[in-house]
Amino acid sequence: MSTIRVQAPGMLTTVQDLGRYGYGPLGVSPSGAADPVALRVGNLLVGNPESAAALEMTLLGGTFVFPEGAVVALAGADFSGAVDGTPLAPWTACELPPGATLRTGGAQSGARCYLCVRGGIEVKPLLGSASTHLLTGLGGFQGRPLKRGDVLRIGRGGGTPRAIRPAQLAKLAPRKILRVTEGPQAGWFSRASRDRFFSAVYQVTGESNRMGLRLEGPALETPHSGQMISEGVSLGAIQIPAGGKPIILFVEQQTTGGYPKIANVISADLASIGQLRPREEIRFEPVEPAAARALIREQEELLLSGALFQ
Amino acid sequence: MTMFRYASDQSLLVYLGEEVNLETHQRVLKLLRLLQAEPIPGVRNLHPAYHSILIVFDPLRQEHESVERAVAACIRRLDSITLPEPRLVEIPVIYDGPDLADVAALHQMTPQRVIELHSSAEYVVYFVGFVPGFAYLGGLPPELATPRLESPRQRVPKGSVAIGGSHTGVYPFETPGGWRLIGRTTLEIFDPEREELSRLVIGDRVRFVPAS
Repeated sequence: MSTIRVQAPGMLTTVQDLGRYGYGPLGVSPSGAADPVALRVGNLLVGNPESAAALEMTLLGGTFVFPEGAVVALAGADFSGAVDGTPLAPWTACELPPGATLRTGGAQSGARCYLCVRGGIEVKPLLGSASTHLLTGLGGFQGRPLKRGDVLRIGRGGGTPRAIRPAQLAKLAPRKILRVTEGPQAGWFSRASRDRFFSAVYQVTGESNRMGLRLEGPALETPHSGQMISEGVSLGAIQIPAGGKPIILFVEQQTTGGYPKIANVISADLASIGQLRPREEIRFEPVEPAAARALIREQEELLLSGALFQ
Repeated sequence: MTMFRYASDQSLLVYLGEEVNLETHQRVLKLLRLLQAEPIPGVRNLHPAYHSILIVFDPLRQEHESVERAVAACIRRLDSITLPEPRLVEIPVIYDGPDLADVAALHQMTPQRVIELHSSAEYVVYFVGFVPGFAYLGGLPPELATPRLESPRQRVPKGSVAIGGSHTGVYPFETPGGWRLIGRTTLEIFDPEREELSRLVIGDRVRFVPAS
């Protein structure tokens, strides 16, 4: 049994996969990787199924020891990884000898980096997924972020590592202009409010996490004084609470809510939300549902066709 | 009345009524059970609420129009569905919440009267949402309806029994929350190790029993 020993956990490191679906009627949101594109590519690099569990590091990475060795890759934001002092480029599979130490640092840009290991991180699945749900302390490794001294098990299996084609990978780069379709209450907002929403530059605040991102910027008038009957909310919904400052609902989102939603980030741009840092500036751009559909199909085609790899 | 609305490029909202009432709730529950018994291919998740269900689908396998057609066909069958007799869940409560005195004062009654009223009603789980296992209970005696706190608490203790507007509920986890806390239960509401994950599910009837 191969293991990973956590020498330093970093700022916020959790076990994540692609999330648990189907438990909405019990109030359980999928959770899962904040940047699922990076997780999937990282897994494919080390020869895993794309949905294998990995470590999601946030803003500041950790230090990990591999007593039995492993095949690993860092995917997502560049956290300046190094193996026993030798730099490890992101998006590159690397075979670590027994006893190797992988150290990661702070992100220069982007917010999240995935440490993918051939065989995946092995934890007891909860409702079919290894994802950690931080708010409720469910799933992942004991339902919590990793701590110094934790020992994680690496699963068996996994195929041949692969090498990335940088020109293809560039097509998946995170965006700062998020494309959105109309939210279910878009029509409640005045023309002036909608114009302001699309012309404004919003800043991601420090009060942002896996549940949601609070934005600072021009306040929008809240229609019907924000009063509405609570209803199901979708991933990437942009709700306007009292006060008029938008909140983007993210992977650990509440399943229902009572604020009007002006817009919803398109599926193809959801992974970009996971790479937004506090104080980062973003804008929104409207697209039609048919265009959004074409964009996610294009992204999936790139991910599934093998064109990303040499 | 039924209305569909796009929520995102991978989800569709279906509204089955215009307000919060038992009749609409029954339609939501029937449609949910039908969509669970005969899943539409490519549908990944369902978020029922007071008068609507959010239907989340895989955008590679489905489109809004096809999901809408399939759901509309289910809705035409709702009247032929008979729901099983709802089960009754009893929740023991220690009525010593930090807002009990305030709720009593707001309604010009004694805390004891708040407890009597709260524990004499039979409630309906309109839906479970927000966080795992959080049941929105309808049927609060109107005398107890109390506005939410002006500014929500950052941490509501797990097990808190609370009133928010004309609804009541139990916080299954320590979360932020703006409802008024009148008591607490030691009952584990959401337990992933248990076969029935959530002690309260949509459609259940609920009674609060004062614990001595």
